[in-house]
Amino acid sequence: MEEESDTRKINNSFLRDHNYATEADIISTVEFNSSGELLATGDKGGRVVVFQREQESKSQPQRRGEYNVYSTFQSHEPEFDYLKSLEIEEKINKIKWLPQQNAAYFLLSTNDKTVKLWKISERDKRPEGYNLKDEDGRIRNPLTITSLRVPVLQPMDLMVEATARRVFSNAHTYHINSISVNSDLQTFISTDDLRVNLWNLEITDRSFNIVDIKPANMEELTEVITSAEFHPQQCHTFAYSSSKGSIRLCDMRQAALCDKHCKYFEEPEDPSTRSFFSEIISSISDVKFSHNGRYLMTRDYLTVKVWDLQMENKPLETYQVHDYLRGKLCSLYENDCIFDKFECVWNGSDSVIMTGSYNNFFRMFDRNTKRDVTLEASRENSKPRAILKPRKVCVGGKRRKDEISVDSLDFSKKILHTTWHPHENIIAVAATNNLYIFQDKVN
Amino acid sequence: MSATTAMEVNAEARRILAVSISKLYASRTQRGGLRLHRSLLLSMVMRSARDIYHSSRECEGPSDAQPTQEEPMDTSSSLEEQTGLPEPVQPEPQPTLNSTELPPEEPDSAEEDSDSEITEDKENLSPTRQSRKRRGKVSAAPDFLPSKRARLEPGEERYAAPLGSCRAGAGESLAALSLNRVIPAF
Repeated sequence: MEEESDTRKINNSFLRDHNYATEADIISTVEFNSSGELLATGDKGGRVVVFQREQESKSQPQRRGEYNVYSTFQSHEPEFDYLKSLEIEEKINKIKWLPQQNAAYFLLSTNDKTVKLWKISERDKRPEGYNLKDEDGRIRNPLTITSLRVPVLQPMDLMVEATARRVFSNAHTYHINSISVNSDLQTFISTDDLRVNLWNLEITDRSFNIVDIKPANMEELTEVITSAEFHPQQCHTFAYSSSKGSIRLCDMRQAALCDKHCKYFEEPEDPSTRSFFSEIISSISDVKFSHNGRYLMTRDYLTVKVWDLQMENKPLETYQVHDYLRGKLCSLYENDCIFDKFECVWNGSDSVIMTGSYNNFFRMFDRNTKRDVTLEASRENSKPRAILKPRKVCVGGKRRKDEISVDSLDFSKKILHTTWHPHENIIAVAATNNLYIFQDKVN
Repeated sequence: MSATTAMEVNAEARRILAVSISKLYASRTQRGGLRLHRSLLLSMVMRSARDIYHSSRECEGPSDAQPTQEEPMDTSSSLEEQTGLPEPVQPEPQPTLNSTELPPEEPDSAEEDSDSEITEDKENLSPTRQSRKRRGKVSAAPDFLPSKRARLEPGEERYAAPLGSCRAGAGESLAALSLNRVIPAF
């Protein structure tokens, strides 16, 4: 691919430095908050790490705000379901931020079974001068107290604390795959393989089931829900994707149970590409509304598709992410890679879409110019301030100097989770246990 | 379909089936429990592979169909002893062999015997067909299947399972693999 002259990327990378890759450190989700000031990551060990962008300083104007660790906390612990004799993994499946309404930040994090609302707040003052206890906290002898004083707030070193404010549990029989906050900022949905539940952020002991696709006889199961998301502006509309490659748009005003969809998006299968694995590769792994609410993007194993909400019978655009894998589906099935769930993401203006691939490659597609680029997130290529070089996979025949052949791709290095800053061209890319943050070149 | 391509397809289908079955067993020990989505996809692949396998065998010789009817009874019980599954053994009707090369377009129902291409067998089925008892798993023990032995507790002994009753070659049959069972009943 020729050099991208318009959108070169500088690596302003923040690497979570690990010399050994423990499984607990594998990043399982990344998400910017709605202002882009904070970036949250969740990992397999149930921890959440929040990064905050430094304020741009006048003394170093070319050094645009870097992201540094702001808060780290253990969100979920491993649990045991005694009735089913099953372990519940602590891996964080999804994090979603609530828009900021006061000085504190709120986010929802979920594992397979439980959603939690976390409040992240700063403390920079501490009360001093208690009457009944001294500065160490020891209780004072009441006989020695001869006068009364009012405690005074004194400044202290900034402390960021995270507290769990709500725990939404016991509503899902199957594994939660997504959560989505409603634009009304009062409700959210949590989705598992067969059901979508609606919660009020204030109420933890009750949720409403709004989609249930569980068949009466489980042996007749043919389809599961893979992801669901609220419309960004219409608080009554949400969409959910299925393992069969279809997306349903539902209106909550129609009925309490949204089993009847308003719109059904599906592209008829091309019979010439039928194989053993057609069902697996057509399963949608991620669905995202565009910021303007007019489009839907879906990711299946080999492609990303952009759908116009007004057109149900076929996608508006289809982008091939790594079509060279089509002939390798059998090996990818054997090494389990065919089950990988890649996410996809819009940029702030909905003009560029991005998704991950193997060998730590990630792809960006410009919807207007129809140009695409493949970039790599790796330590060797990511010295600070280095410009990322576009990569190319050679699909056969003569391999040019900088190209990589399909057979040398490292399938253990996959980029499943990416996120894009809501307004600026800053992206965060999770490559196994490393987090890369890239931003546009400063001119 | 020529004989060689039929054999290749057959071999491919068998390999995929073997891989799928071992994945299914492996997923039982996975942390976090059985994943419904993954189990569903595995069962779909297995169904496609099984149908292709049967259709390619149909091209090889329809004379093999008859003797396999009796097979499943013996071997499934032996397999079940090995794997410790408490499955009642049902007589397996030979599914109507697909003459098409492609797997069925819409594996709508997990009940493989209600697929449209084998409706004619329904009338001839024994009354046990109506029962919703789970059928046995892999009926024969074809040579490509990994040996699935139950894990022994210390002190237990392994006794020889009567695998000899599986006749290789013409006796191989993957009749009516009960793929529904991969969907765990929660």
